[in-house]
Order: sequence, then C-alpha cells, then structure tokens
Amino acid sequence: MGALTKPIILLVVIYLLLKFVVPNVPGSAPLPSSLIFLYLMLTMAGIVIYYTMSGESKDAFWGPIQRFLTGENIGALQTARYGVLILFPLLVGWQTYGSTAVSDAPPAENRTIHPAPPGEYTGLSNPVSKTPENIMQGKGFYAAFCSPCHGGNFDGKGPAARGFNPPPANFSDPTTIAMLQESYLFWRIKKGGVGLPIEGMPWKSAMPRWEVELPDEWIWKIILGEYDGAHQSPRTWE
Amino acid sequence: MRHQGGQLQQMLRTLRGHGGWLSVWLLAAGWLALPSLGIAAEGAPAGPVEYRDIPGIGSRNIVWVIAQLHLLLAGFVLGVPIFAWLCEIVGWKSGEKRYDKLAKEFTKLLTSSYATTALFGGILLFLLIGFYPKLMNYLTDIFFPSFVFYCILFLLETATLYLYWYGWDAMQDGGKKTFHIFLGFLLNLFAFFIMIVPNSWATFQASPVVIAEGTDLARAWAATWNPTWWPVNIHRLIANVVLGGYICGAYAGIRYLAARNAEERDHYDWMGYVGNFIGVFGLLPLPFAGYWLMREIYQYNQQMGITLMGGFLSWLFILQAMLIGVLFLGSNYYFWLGITHRIPGSEHQYKKPIMTMLVILLLCLGVWMTPHSLVASLEEARKMGGTHHPLLGVFGVMSAKMTVANLMILVTFMSFIMYWRAGKQETATWAKVARSVMGAVLILAGIAVIVLGVWGYFVPAIIRINYFSTSQVLIVLFVMLTITPLTALLLKSARTTTEMVWGRMPPRAGYALVLNAVMVILLMTLMGYARSSSRVHWHVYGVMRDSSQYAFSPALGYAAAFMALNTFLFCMLVAFIFWVATMGDKGKATGYGGGEKGKLPHGVPAMAGGSPPRGNEQ
Repeated sequence: MGALTKPIILLVVIYLLLKFVVPNVPGSAPLPSSLIFLYLMLTMAGIVIYYTMSGESKDAFWGPIQRFLTGENIGALQTARYGVLILFPLLVGWQTYGSTAVSDAPPAENRTIHPAPPGEYTGLSNPVSKTPENIMQGKGFYAAFCSPCHGGNFDGKGPAARGFNPPPANFSDPTTIAMLQESYLFWRIKKGGVGLPIEGMPWKSAMPRWEVELPDEWIWKIILGEYDGAHQSPRTWE
Repeated sequence: MRHQGGQLQQMLRTLRGHGGWLSVWLLAAGWLALPSLGIAAEGAPAGPVEYRDIPGIGSRNIVWVIAQLHLLLAGFVLGVPIFAWLCEIVGWKSGEKRYDKLAKEFTKLLTSSYATTALFGGILLFLLIGFYPKLMNYLTDIFFPSFVFYCILFLLETATLYLYWYGWDAMQDGGKKTFHIFLGFLLNLFAFFIMIVPNSWATFQASPVVIAEGTDLARAWAATWNPTWWPVNIHRLIANVVLGGYICGAYAGIRYLAARNAEERDHYDWMGYVGNFIGVFGLLPLPFAGYWLMREIYQYNQQMGITLMGGFLSWLFILQAMLIGVLFLGSNYYFWLGITHRIPGSEHQYKKPIMTMLVILLLCLGVWMTPHSLVASLEEARKMGGTHHPLLGVFGVMSAKMTVANLMILVTFMSFIMYWRAGKQETATWAKVARSVMGAVLILAGIAVIVLGVWGYFVPAIIRINYFSTSQVLIVLFVMLTITPLTALLLKSARTTTEMVWGRMPPRAGYALVLNAVMVILLMTLMGYARSSSRVHWHVYGVMRDSSQYAFSPALGYAAAFMALNTFLFCMLVAFIFWVATMGDKGKATGYGGGEKGKLPHGVPAMAGGSPPRGNEQ
C-alpha cells in the first residue's frame, strides 16, 4: 500500500488547502465547489501520469488497487473489499440522484460579466477631450451619481454596496474596466442593468439606466474620471 | 393504367416473395426520401427562394456536420504533404530508406483521404447552394474569379498528387528522385493555395471588405484580402500540421497495438514517435498564431471580439484550455514514456526532471483552466461577492493565460530536448559551458515570462498586448532558437551511452497517441463552432443578415453534442479510409532494411534512434 499512501495524502492536502487555507488568505473568499473539483481532477491526472511512467511504478501504484478489487491475497481486507464493492455503486447512484433530482436550490450561476455590446456602441471614441478640467468634472459627476455604490475610491465599496448581490464593480481591479474600451463603459452606463443581453443576466444587475437622467456628454466625462481615479487606462488599439 | 396497376401488383408479389428484405429497403428509402417531400422553401412565394430546409433535421445541422467533416479531412489532406515531403527530403539527403518508406506511408494515407475530402467538399457545395441560395448567389457574385482559380488549383493538385504517389517507386534514383522531390514541393504549393482561397470566403463572412466599384477581379481581391484572412491562413496552416501529425501518430499507435511481430512493433513505434513529434512541433507555435488571430478579430470588431472572449462564447475557451492541456500532457507523457521505456536504465535518472515538468504543466494548466467568472451556486457566489473570486479571479484574464501558455510551451520544448539528449554523453570540451548557458537561458526566460505576465496587470491593455505578450512570445522563440542548435552541436560529437530501443513502449503509449488525435479533432470542432458563432445572426457580418429560422446561436450544450458527434464521425471515417488503404499490407513484411537502422543523420534530431528489435515491455 506504500505507493498509494503518497497520492492519497497529496489529494487530501490539496483539498484541505483549497477548502480551508485559500479562503482564509487576506482578501480571499471560499472557492466554489466547481473550482475545487477542477483542481482535484488535475491533481488526480498528475498522479496517474506520474505513476504510470514506468512499468515498476505502474505496478506499485495499480497493483494494490487491482489486488484489492480482485480479492487476490488480501486476507483480512476481504470485508473491506465487499464494503467497497457494495458502497461504490450506491455512492454513484446517490450522486446521480443528487444531480438529477428536483431540488429547490437555484441552479449554479453561469453569468457572463462582460457580454458583447450592441453593434451601435462598438468603435465609438470619447468625444470629450482628456483635459484636467473634464477629468475633474467627470470625477464630480462620479461622486454624485456613481460613488454611492462603486465607492469614492473606485473600489466597489460605496456605502450602498453592501446591499447588492452581486456587488458593484471594483474599477481599481485590473481585470475590470482596464480590459474594456471606453465605448463599452458608455454602453453599460447609458443602458444600465436592464440593457444587458440574456447571458449577462439583466435581472442580476441593479445598475440604473443613466440615459434617462444624464446627457451623453456627462457620461463620457464620468468615464474619463473613472479611469483616472481608478488609475487604469482603457483598452485602445493605438 | 391497367398496365401500371399490373406492374404494381407484380412488384408487391415480388416483395412478398423476397421476404422482408425488399420491404425493409423500400421503407428505408421512403424514410430517407421523406425529408425531400417536406423540403420547405422559405421566403415570399413570388420572390426568389432565400432558404431551403429539411424539417426535422434542419439544414443548419446538416451543413454543420458536412462542413466540419470536410474541414477536418481537408486539414489532414493539406497537413500531411508538408511532413511527408520533409520526411522524403530527410531520407533523400541521409540515404536512409526508412524515411522514404515513412514518407510513402504518410502519402498513402493522404492519397486515400484525398478523394473523400473532395467528395465532402462537393456535398457541402451542393448543400450550400440548395439551402442558402441567396447567400451563395451573393458570394458567387463577389468571388467568382477565385472560384475559377480554385478549380484550376484543384486540377493541378490532383495531377501532382497522382504523379507524386504513383511515380514514387519509378522515381527513386538520380535526377528522377530530384524531380519527385520537386513534385512534392509543387504538391505543397498547390495545397497551400487550395487552403487559402476558401479561407478568403470564410473569413470574408466574418470580416467583410466590400467595394462597390471596380472590375470583378478588383472586387474579389479586395474581399479576399480582408482583416482576418492571413491570421486564419497561418493559424490553419499550423493547425493542419498538428492535426496531420497527431492523426498519423494515432494510426501508428493503433498499428503498434495490433503489431504481430517485433519488426512491425519497431516500425510503428518509430512512426508514432515521428507523428507525435510533428504534432508537438506544430503545437508549440499554434497558440501564438491563435493569439494573433484573436487580436485581429478584436481590432476588427470589438463586438465580435467580446462575443468570443468575454461574451457567451468565452466558455468555449475554458473548454479549449482543457483540451489543449490534455494535448500538452498527452504529448509530454508520450515523450516521458519514450525516455523511460526506449532508453534502458534511464527510468530513475529522469524521474526528478519529469516530476518537475509535470508539476509545472499542471500548475500552468490549473491557471489556464480557471475561468474569470466561476460557475457557482447562489450561496457560493454570495460568499465570493459575485461570480468573480477576489483572489483567483486574476487567473481569468489574458495576462495570466498568455504567461502559462508560454511556460507550457517552454516545458514541452524542454521535454523534447531531454528526450533528444537522453542516453548520450556529450564529449565536446565546451559541453559544460554550453549546458550552463542553456540552463541560464531557460531559467532567465522563465522568470522573464512570469515577470512580464505579472507586470501586464499594471499597464494599459495596449502595452500588454503590443509589447508584453509579444515579448513573451519572442522570449520563448529565442529559447528554442538558442537551445536547439546548441543541443544539435553538442550531440554531433556526443557518445551514445545507451542505445535507444524501439518497440518497447507499453500499450498505454499507443492509447496516448490516439487520445492526442481525438483531442485535436475535438479542438478543431470546438473552434469551428466558435469561429462560425462569432458572426452571430449574420451570414456576412454587418452586411447580410441571417433571416432564416436558424438565425440564433445554438446553446453550448447543444453545440458540444454536435462537436462530439462530428469528432466521432470523423474518427470512424478516417478509421474506415485507413482500413481500406492498408488492407493490402496484411501479410506483407514491413522490412525497411534492418542494417540501416541506428544510423542517425546528424542534425535531424526528431528522427533519432534505431536499434535491433526487442521484446515489448508492458
């Protein structure tokens, strides 16, 4: 059983790491089970690859499993073998039932955070020039209309943010507005949550439709202020 | 009427007389003909027909299957001549007959697949004309000059292939062999144009350039030279080599598993190695070509770029990461199996480096497969504060993906270098210095790739895309271009300490080759769907809208089922073609001159090895 001990310990350690250590790292959060499963599968693949590299290691790894399952010279483990042979199909059955039975739990989310914008919003460039005055004005508009949710520090931690799930976007995160062109932000601010396509789950966004309150020019200025305040740059091609 | 009625009665009597068989055939024919009764022509009754459909099956589904099968076959048929020709040149230059035999075997697979590819192309054309008359009329109007050019190319390619294949044995010596090599060159040249001409039609649909004025030729040329034409050309050219290499590898793997004697085992083990090498050789630059293509798509149209990489198709790229990851793992696994089984006594020597490479590959794959938006239950999403994990979410963007892709390429390259150097002892006086230089280059390159990847989060996207990502690619290419010639020079004077023994790979090596081929086919079906779906509800993006009942993108689950179906059908088709093509081989000896084995042409690393037959170790 020697060759089996190491991989089992490795799997358990990685599971514990993902389940209990990573979530407690400052700034982290619990991992969804889909991701834990993915990483464990990768670990499992690595174990199988490593132990089947040579005939010797393959026999050391598979040998005990094969002997246990066939009951060949396993002595006192015979009872455990019957237990596994009975329990394993039951476990599979239970898993199958669990994944197909009607449940009151909502399905796992598969929301597209950055869905494609409508054609008319692609290729637009900011008509407002990037001057210190316009940026200051944009930050002012941002403070008035956006900061209650997206935060005065552009970090998504405004006073109202705690009331929303999903929370407002954190603009200082390099994986949000830094990945997008200004025209994209213009579309999102102008049309708000209700303007999202289905894959963006419009029902999951509380973003107001600002076109009913703000003129386009103000929105463009807000975009200038947002990028400047969050210390990010929009995606461009020049 | 009476006469006809009598005939019908006679037919019915005949039917009864022949038991159930004829009635079954008639029923089957009737069932197959049913859709034709229901073929529905959409559009106004008075106007021209815009669409036709086969109710129940759906015109789009039929075109999807046929187009995908045609593309896969075409990829194989256009990829194989490249390395068949290179193998022939190696055999010609080195005088080793086994390379010539291998090249001929590759060409045999090519010849037998060629007609089927053309057949599927013809079926596809008829279906497109039948189902999408309006679109085809529009495309014909623009591309007619290139249609003519394509037909001429096809004639030239077919004639060259006939000469190349049937003249193989007759053109073996002297000037005739030179001419045969020239034919191989022509075959590849025509094949390249045969690939890029239809690419222009397909890429035009995604990124059209339409000019209203000018001659037919000028309009066709403008439409051909559209923004995504060359990125797709390069991407497909490399992908075809990868597909061809892995399919030949799988063929060798199956023949190896079914080998009946040591000689066959030797040959197909070697052929499997060459197939895997060709696949890996193409796989290394493929992500760069893919990145360039995506960059061009983004630049051409933000909406299309986001639909692919950030929108509803973005999940395909997680699946893509998974498939590419399996491919990298499978290819490396095969290399590692080669080291531990073909080089006796090396098992313990290479255990640690293999484990290190495996861990790096798995860590990189873990990052590559981590999506930006995670699949999470309501409760899990609430705990994370959305579907974007605050810590691991950084793995979900291109900076991380590019970094790990480059690292995986580096590791795979080093895997090959390790295989190449295994069983040899460098005797050059400068060997120690060279090894230190190679080690330093590798470590510094790895660090530089990671630093640029992390730095990429803190600079504007355009800096990352234009400079950092490009630099990462150039660094990896620099490593390859430095270490490959250095290793070749080192090995030129190296002493072989342990002879490489062919035919000793365990059966799982054969299965790994088959797995690699299936992964590549799945990848191509996946990306075929992505490329097509990125046009969303347009036949020609922004120019001609799809107004049929199929003007919607199929759901990912539905599409995945079709990808699996297409992969299965292609595998069955290829298996059938290869079975037919190799029917005559049964009973024939595979002899390629045992005395010539083991003599390695210097500077031809991939084709290394050769030794007397050995028993098969499990």
